[in-house]
Amino acid sequence: MPLENPRETPSQTAGPFVHIGTLPSLAGLSAYPAEIGASIAGPEVLGQRIAIEGCVFDGLGVPVGDMVIEVWQADPQGIYPHPADPRHADAASGFTGFGRVATDFETGAFRIETVKPGPVPGRHGHVQSPHLSLWLVARGVNVGLHTRVYFGDDDTGADPLLGMVAPAFRRETLIATPAEDGVYRFDIHLQGDKETVFLDV
Amino acid sequence: MSFEYHQRDRRQHPPALTPDYKTTVTRASRLPLLSVENSLSEITGPTFSHAALGDLDHDLVHNYTGAPAMGERTIVHGRVTDGNGNPVPGALLEVWQANAGGRYRHVKDGYVAPLDPNFGGCGRCLTDETGYYAFRTVKPGAYPFRNLSNSWRMAHIHFSIFGAGLAQRLITQMYFEGDPLRAQDPIAQTIPDPAALDRLMAPLDLDASVPLDSLAYRFDIVLRGRRQTMFENKLEGA
Repeated sequence: MPLENPRETPSQTAGPFVHIGTLPSLAGLSAYPAEIGASIAGPEVLGQRIAIEGCVFDGLGVPVGDMVIEVWQADPQGIYPHPADPRHADAASGFTGFGRVATDFETGAFRIETVKPGPVPGRHGHVQSPHLSLWLVARGVNVGLHTRVYFGDDDTGADPLLGMVAPAFRRETLIATPAEDGVYRFDIHLQGDKETVFLDV
Repeated sequence: MSFEYHQRDRRQHPPALTPDYKTTVTRASRLPLLSVENSLSEITGPTFSHAALGDLDHDLVHNYTGAPAMGERTIVHGRVTDGNGNPVPGALLEVWQANAGGRYRHVKDGYVAPLDPNFGGCGRCLTDETGYYAFRTVKPGAYPFRNLSNSWRMAHIHFSIFGAGLAQRLITQMYFEGDPLRAQDPIAQTIPDPAALDRLMAPLDLDASVPLDSLAYRFDIVLRGRRQTMFENKLEGA
């Protein structure tokens, strides 16, 4: 008999009404006093305040107006507020590390307000450049998509994940472009010539 | 002690491109995913506490206005475990669904079936120490959607599950045992392996029903398993 371990529950699309369960106010529901993922970093968190702005596009360049984007990131010292991070007791007070935003129904635009994360320890003693982890779900996306946002004004040359991206020009799809006043531009292309690098983590 | 997650077995999941579910044609990624070993960024993830949840968040029959919703009163319960068979405690489950007539309370749903004034369709709960969870709701109705000219969704409840780490993040849909629309539902049929789809079809659980009150269905959820790793030793010395 072959070895049978429990199999992972299959994924299904989040569908067009994902907001009801995840961001009910956008569905027109006032279900909860505070929605999960409303704040990545409370006002007491010290660090550089930044915003990531962009749009999500499909393979025809059409805005994707029904996507939910989840953010997971380390604090400005590069610490995750989670017990698997040995330094988690030192994570910034008021820092959840988790955010949730949706794209605009018409324009596909999104905005993430947070603090810039610090560098994060990687495997084998390597250091990972500051980054946000994103997880994307929408109608027409059968399995949630993992990707990352790095910052164009950092030296990302030694980042172990970016170093694996081939061909090298596709690395640009993971790097946000600094604009003015702490705002970075980061568009996501689900498909096409500029397809974002998605990760099998 | 830290753990990293086993590689995801993609054969258990739908491929990105499933042309019979037409929306995937312009939204599916076409290039290979970049396979990366877990780092701290993937073995960690958001954590949630009961403090963030309301008393009726797990009771969709009553959590919209307080008055009961219309429909077949239904308990959905089960355990969240991982691929090693271990319980996943403290997992946040979020659910959303159509009402008994197949209509969603969403600004973008224009289906002809009426809204139920007492049904919102949104709930959440945390698993206990044994990975157990339970909701009370009304059974959602089937509804049509624009795909083929006559495509219907079988009755389903959407589930969002946060495991212990970002790598376990999952959104799926639960179906009901014996649903006659299974074979033609284009979204359920994105799953190529019928045995995998079987695991989304919650069986009736008469022993868990409440006599003269609610039927029950059992929906057990398996997240990715994990193994002990050594790489954190470097972190502790960092």
